Amino acid sequence: MAEYQNLFTTVQPIGPVHDGIPLPRGDWKRSGTPFLVHLFGRLGNAQIGPIYLGTLGVASLLFGTLAFNIIGFNMLASVNWSPIQLVRQLFWLALEPPPPSFGLSIPPLAQGGWWLVVGFMLTVSILLWWARTYRRARQLGLGTHVAWAFAAAIWLYLVCGFFRPIMMGSWGEAVPFGIFPHLDWVSAISLRYGNLFYNPFHALSIVFLYGSVLLFAMHGATILAVSRFGGEREIEQIVDRGTASERAALFWRWTMGFNATMESIHRWAWWFAVLCPLVGGIGILLTGTVVDNWYLWSVKHHVVPSYPSIYPPVADPALLLGGKP
Amino acid sequence: MAMLSFERKYRVRGGTLVGGDLFDFWVGPFYVGFFGVTTAFFSLLGTTMILWSAAMGPTWNLWQISIAPPELSYGLRLAPMMAGGLWQIITVCALGAFVSWALREVEICRKLGMGLHVPVAFGFAILAYATLQVIRPVLMGAWGHAFPYGIYSHLDWVSNIGYQYLHFHYNPAHMIAASLFFATTLALSMHGGLVLSATNPKKGEVVKTAEHEDTFFRDFIGYSVGTLGIHRLGLFLALASVWFAALCIVISGPFWTRGWPEWWGWWLNLPIWR
Repeated sequence: MAEYQNLFTTVQPIGPVHDGIPLPRGDWKRSGTPFLVHLFGRLGNAQIGPIYLGTLGVASLLFGTLAFNIIGFNMLASVNWSPIQLVRQLFWLALEPPPPSFGLSIPPLAQGGWWLVVGFMLTVSILLWWARTYRRARQLGLGTHVAWAFAAAIWLYLVCGFFRPIMMGSWGEAVPFGIFPHLDWVSAISLRYGNLFYNPFHALSIVFLYGSVLLFAMHGATILAVSRFGGEREIEQIVDRGTASERAALFWRWTMGFNATMESIHRWAWWFAVLCPLVGGIGILLTGTVVDNWYLWSVKHHVVPSYPSIYPPVADPALLLGGKP
Repeated sequence: MAMLSFERKYRVRGGTLVGGDLFDFWVGPFYVGFFGVTTAFFSLLGTTMILWSAAMGPTWNLWQISIAPPELSYGLRLAPMMAGGLWQIITVCALGAFVSWALREVEICRKLGMGLHVPVAFGFAILAYATLQVIRPVLMGAWGHAFPYGIYSHLDWVSNIGYQYLHFHYNPAHMIAASLFFATTLALSMHGGLVLSATNPKKGEVVKTAEHEDTFFRDFIGYSVGTLGIHRLGLFLALASVWFAALCIVISGPFWTRGWPEWWGWWLNLPIWR
């Protein structure tokens, strides 16, 4: 244990900063003069910037900033324009979607109209940012794997805020903007539809979420453990296997009888991370549209036992209000 | 014999922590070592206990098999086999197997001249398990506070504990843990995607370099943490996720017994708002 374990960079050589691979003709120039931050250099690269803005980036930032500010001003309005109360109650404040009575129609601004405007702007911003992700990769001659992984996350976002509300026939089903309010939404949808833990797609999504964390711990730790052999130079190791890859592979082979390769570990990583929002989105889309109660669904499919009835039967309050079972 | 083309030269003796050369051999692709033997002992015994408990239980339905800890009335005492005693043995076996596995990883690291990052990282996961099954039950005074071994029954446990504290999403450590879990997955998707995009470029292009990777991320978000940094960042995020996950449950009960939304009262009542 006395030997050196690679955790932080102890000696930082300072050299000229790198502007980046030349961009093809027709692209904008990169913005900002790169500079070094010592503390960043302890963990990874010390260099900050430059950044490429471009039309897509500027448009995306514009819509994103507008959305962010409209949310903020709606919250400010809800505390009677008191900046102190905005800070004090920030986690509790919300920009709520329209009440269910409006269905999919366009409500007045103060009753969810702003939510609809913000949702549109944020979606435009995100889609522009996706296009930028795709285009930045292509302009450097790279594959588009990052963009397609991002698309999986956008799928979950659109399911929660767009596809499912449309299928349910009400914007009121969508997620509010706000810290605690969106957590309340998560709890509410789980309770209303018979506990989301009984939703098999939710279970799979959690498996991939925890699996991703497990994989990154395993992968990050393995690469750091073989960094004394140059293991972090993954591209070189992929095209021309060195002793770092061999040791990393053998570590897992000897530990659990199976190993990935320097390239395939990144495919495992990509799929685990992508499947998390992908199956999660499927689970949410089915909730309330196809399946009304995941607990009863699971009892029907013999996944969970039906619990003994120890209390007298109680009518579902939703039924008393005229809701469908 | 289950060896990779380059494997023979790495199969050297030494690096063991316990037992010298006695268990210093391989079975198929698996390294054995003293801790391989203890891993096998604990996992076989534990699995047998699980099967025994399942055989005594009402169902062989894989989703519904559940092995519950002792009733709260047993406190921290040993319980009869069929009333939680099996759960206690299984828990001891699980911890024995996990710790053995970690120490076996240490031996393999030493054999391969690698850093000890993987077993240390695994130690965090073991700590989280021990927090749920040992530390918190001990702090609360009964094994019955631990979770049952069953696919859906452990989900019921999570759900029930969550509602005991009214709304678990308001637990600040849970908020941090969940954010870290998502952040780790996001970082993993970006790292996996970036390496794949450099090694599987546009049709007709040659394989790209780390300079292309750095350039892509600087163009994209203004910062690239770098090939070494991303593995540090990923490991840090993953371990922080596990750490805060363990923290969020160990404070629920031993530290805070009311609803988590109520906990936030201190913020709303700070004197600075007056």
